[in-house]
Amino acid sequence: MAEVVLSGLNKWYDRNVHAVKDVNLHIRDREFMVLVGPSGCGKTTTLRMIAGLEEISSGEIRIGERVVNDLPPMDRDIAMVFQNYALYPHKSVYDNMAFGLQMRKFAKDEIRRRVQAASEILGIQPLLARKPRQLSGGQRQRVALGRAIVRHPQLFLFDEPLSNLDAKLRVQMRVELKRLHERLSTTAVYVTHDQVEAMTLGDRVVVMKDGLVQQVGEPLELYGRPANRFVAGFIGSPAMNFAEVTINHSAQGVWAETAGLRIRVPPAKAEALRGHAGGKVLLGVRPEALRVANGADVADYALDCTVEVVEPLGNEILLDVRAGSHPLVARVDPATRVKVHQSLRLALDPERLHFFDANTEAAI
Amino acid sequence: MVIERRWKKWLYFYIPLALFILFTLFPFYWMAVTAFRPDGELYRTWRQANATPFWTLAPTTEHFHGLLESTAFLRWLGNTMFIALASTAISLLCGLFAGYALSRLRFRGSEFLGTAIFITYLVPQTLLFIPLADIVRDMHLGNTPWSLILTYPTFLIPFCTWLLMGYFKTIPKELEECARIDGATRFGAMFRIIFPVAVPGILSAGIFAFTLSWNEFIYALVFLSSVEEKTVPVGVVSELIRGDIFFWGQLMAGALLGSVPVALVYSFFVEYYVAGMTGSVKG
Repeated sequence: MAEVVLSGLNKWYDRNVHAVKDVNLHIRDREFMVLVGPSGCGKTTTLRMIAGLEEISSGEIRIGERVVNDLPPMDRDIAMVFQNYALYPHKSVYDNMAFGLQMRKFAKDEIRRRVQAASEILGIQPLLARKPRQLSGGQRQRVALGRAIVRHPQLFLFDEPLSNLDAKLRVQMRVELKRLHERLSTTAVYVTHDQVEAMTLGDRVVVMKDGLVQQVGEPLELYGRPANRFVAGFIGSPAMNFAEVTINHSAQGVWAETAGLRIRVPPAKAEALRGHAGGKVLLGVRPEALRVANGADVADYALDCTVEVVEPLGNEILLDVRAGSHPLVARVDPATRVKVHQSLRLALDPERLHFFDANTEAAI
Repeated sequence: MVIERRWKKWLYFYIPLALFILFTLFPFYWMAVTAFRPDGELYRTWRQANATPFWTLAPTTEHFHGLLESTAFLRWLGNTMFIALASTAISLLCGLFAGYALSRLRFRGSEFLGTAIFITYLVPQTLLFIPLADIVRDMHLGNTPWSLILTYPTFLIPFCTWLLMGYFKTIPKELEECARIDGATRFGAMFRIIFPVAVPGILSAGIFAFTLSWNEFIYALVFLSSVEEKTVPVGVVSELIRGDIFFWGQLMAGALLGSVPVALVYSFFVEYYVAGMTGSVKG
């Protein structure tokens, strides 16, 4: 059990690639923290610096009470699960799990007890005598997890552990990971590029891009109040729709306008957007904030569009529509009957409109 | 359809394969037949009636007896074995560490060093033996097994280093990182994880190094002079070809016995050897 504090963390490669830029992060005790971002955003480098596999260019990492900057990986009391599992191919499952304990000179009985306990939790007892190459992907994943948990470390590190599994197994292992964390309640740092994994697993999520932390928050906070355009577009699937609009004031209120779109800015946002009057801002609407309009909807919060593609998914329908020159995706009720090329009026939820500064891309 | 496929398989696969096997194995067969052929048959013209060039009518072991009794063949065999094993051990040890360092550690000039080691492998032995002879003489190693044990690594170490470097690169570095998190030092991870996983590569480097030094000729010819110190390839050639007389039967018997250890080594490790050359590590 330990909290992890990263302060002013930087990583330079060969003095010209700045992979991690001034990361400050406070990971609480027992928290499941997910680092998410597109490839090359510095999330894995950050994790590897916590593990001690990558040197720290500047800044400080503290695990529990200790500053670990100069400690080798073995002395940091951590366990790591790798994307390719990194099982030792010449050792049996039992020996794979026992290796870390053997290296730390645990008594044989204690090792056997811990390996048994871990394999019970993960349901891999029948596999203990096998070699890694005789296991399926899911089983290897479990062994890799088992190898991490037998050590009872202060901190778990996960480097995209599920990305080599097929889609179905991934969902299953995701649930198991969450259950495992519940049970062990050890601090964990988890790296992934998959925003669904990040949202479902994380107590809190760190979104990174180009080595910079974009936003830290609980999953629903990131979804509901993204700090900038990148986070808004990255979290949520299908992604948020964006349109560049001009803010105009009239007697009736504040309007966000562009060709084919004229939407009233809800009063709560109007004040914040006053400074942008006459200028361009980015309007963001999530697909699920759009629905097919009925007679009761006011024209202020509606847009007329043409249906281009219909994607029926069973539990919902995704509509790719065009409003003026803007392509939009709407997630609508599965009972909706629409055809391609049909004209449609979509209503939007005024509470769920997002505005971003056109230059800084920060939320307004 | 099936029939057509069958003759195509014969045409493109079995027949070329058979020709290839015939081509590679025939010299061995010829060596074996000659070793067992009595002198009477050996020095007879093929045009003579009832000549049997491709087999023998009266197999004999007289050449083997002659070889073992009239020459120091067993001594040569022992010399060759000792020299090949010792130089292989030295080269493998150096190659292991050098290959590991060049494939895993990032240090200034590592690429240059890798290339430099490779270039030394490209220097032809036929040139290198001249300065080496000088060194061997200055160090008073001439006519001792050490003259070969210490000079063979000049071509064996670059060879082992490059082969093992390639093999180490196929081993995911996460294995080692995981071991280091599990509590091993860099050396510990190397000895407990990387080397055991690299066994196929190490074995094939060892087999190759052993074969190269077993068959080596030029250095052995130049650095060894007395009959008792010679290795099999040099001993057989220098003692069984006297002037323009070739003792074909004994020559071939010597060659046959000399190739047995190498053949044994290969047949024991053939699976590892193939895995080592194709460099496949499954997680």
